[in-house]
Amino acid sequence: MTETELRQTIKQALSNVAPEVDVDAIDPAKDLREQIDIDSVDFLNFVIALHKALGIEIPDADVPKLGTLSGCVSYLAAKIEKGQ
Amino acid sequence: MPSLGADMQFGTIVDWRVKPGDTVQRGDVVALVETEKGVIEVEIFESGVIDSLVVQPGQKVPVGATLATLGGDGKKIEPQPAAKPVTPPAAAAPVKEEIAPAKVATVRAAEESARLRVSPLARKRAQELAVDLSTIAGTGADGSIAIADVERAAESAKTPTPAVAPAAKGLDLGAMRRVIAAAMARSKREIPHYYLSTTIDLSKALAWLAAENAKRPVTKRLLYSALLIRAVGVALRSTPELNGFWKNDEFKAGEGIHIGLAISLRQGGLINPAIHDVDKKNLDELMENMLDLVNRARTGHLRSSELSDGTITVTNLGEQGVETVFGVIYPPQVALVGFGKITERPYAANGMVGARPMIDATLAADHRVSDGHRGGRFLLAIDRLLQEPEKL
Repeated sequence: MTETELRQTIKQALSNVAPEVDVDAIDPAKDLREQIDIDSVDFLNFVIALHKALGIEIPDADVPKLGTLSGCVSYLAAKIEKGQ
Repeated sequence: MPSLGADMQFGTIVDWRVKPGDTVQRGDVVALVETEKGVIEVEIFESGVIDSLVVQPGQKVPVGATLATLGGDGKKIEPQPAAKPVTPPAAAAPVKEEIAPAKVATVRAAEESARLRVSPLARKRAQELAVDLSTIAGTGADGSIAIADVERAAESAKTPTPAVAPAAKGLDLGAMRRVIAAAMARSKREIPHYYLSTTIDLSKALAWLAAENAKRPVTKRLLYSALLIRAVGVALRSTPELNGFWKNDEFKAGEGIHIGLAISLRQGGLINPAIHDVDKKNLDELMENMLDLVNRARTGHLRSSELSDGTITVTNLGEQGVETVFGVIYPPQVALVGFGKITERPYAANGMVGARPMIDATLAADHRVSDGHRGGRFLLAIDRLLQEPEKL
């Protein structure tokens, strides 16, 4: 999976929990939850969607690493590379 | 027409899921009804055979009106006078009377070609806002298009989509805002609220939760909200006077502990569907119910029993940065529990001071039914339960 494809997968997962948000306008460095106003339930659904889309287990301790779009890309790319 | 909240006066049949002669069981979804809070799946409360459909799709009738007659065991329920459709106010007038011919043709052609499911009110709103219904993805039950969908589409067409969620509608806009205003005004006018607050140490609960979640796959993870809801549900067993309704100048205890969750909707507004029998469910079941309920609330797939059965409300505004919630009781309920954000605060124990994660829990309760003594015992019970999370 290329980084572009991964980024698109992440944006799709975000669209599913916040359909009214223009995911292309998200600042990759800013906190996702604050930026698109999602709560803990939405965020858990987002993490579950990533897990299902990518087949990657995301330990609870790692969830804070998914706080930004850039963080998501870095973390998930590394997991994909390691085959986790 | 069931009452789907103290603030509901009318509902419009969007679609029937049954026809005369169909056998139905209690709890089956038989119709879609549009209210100011969206399209709701209405469940039938008796088993039997549908005898006739009294109200047709598109008709707006008051709460209490007979929607259909049910037979099956030799009984036949006759329609009540209230079944007569009301003359809709101007804002809810039948679409065909107000849509210009050209636009009617456009809307109808779009509907027929795409087989769109559109509520009558949404159809009218689409005409008012000149929105092409065929371009809208409905968020109502089975993808039906509701008013909110139309208004979102109209807003999107006017301005570039912002990077963040659009702000909730202003206080003078939107039917949902108006019904919330009516319910809350009634609450403050009629219910003699009293308020209590306590601060709860969540060290043990959060440590237990972290250890538990470390063992779980992401799909089975627990949120701390589930612990709070479970604690409230169990604590209510010993404080039944906080769980029920004030109706006809007397208190009626709830037949179960059905906790309404105050859920903010992404397009603005608030809805509080209930999780049934909270005290009888384990944390996994509660978590599953909570995720499901929030998702369905935000996509317009709620059921009538979820909106009418709540015996108390819990609101958690901690994620919005609120430290302490001073809630307004949702009538005819008699209590509301609020939770604020978890913050590390100095905590003294055994002569030592340390930092601990603390949360403010508040109770807004109806003084006609309970008093501060009982309310205080209730908050104390919640605190004690959260000190032994493994037993929840």
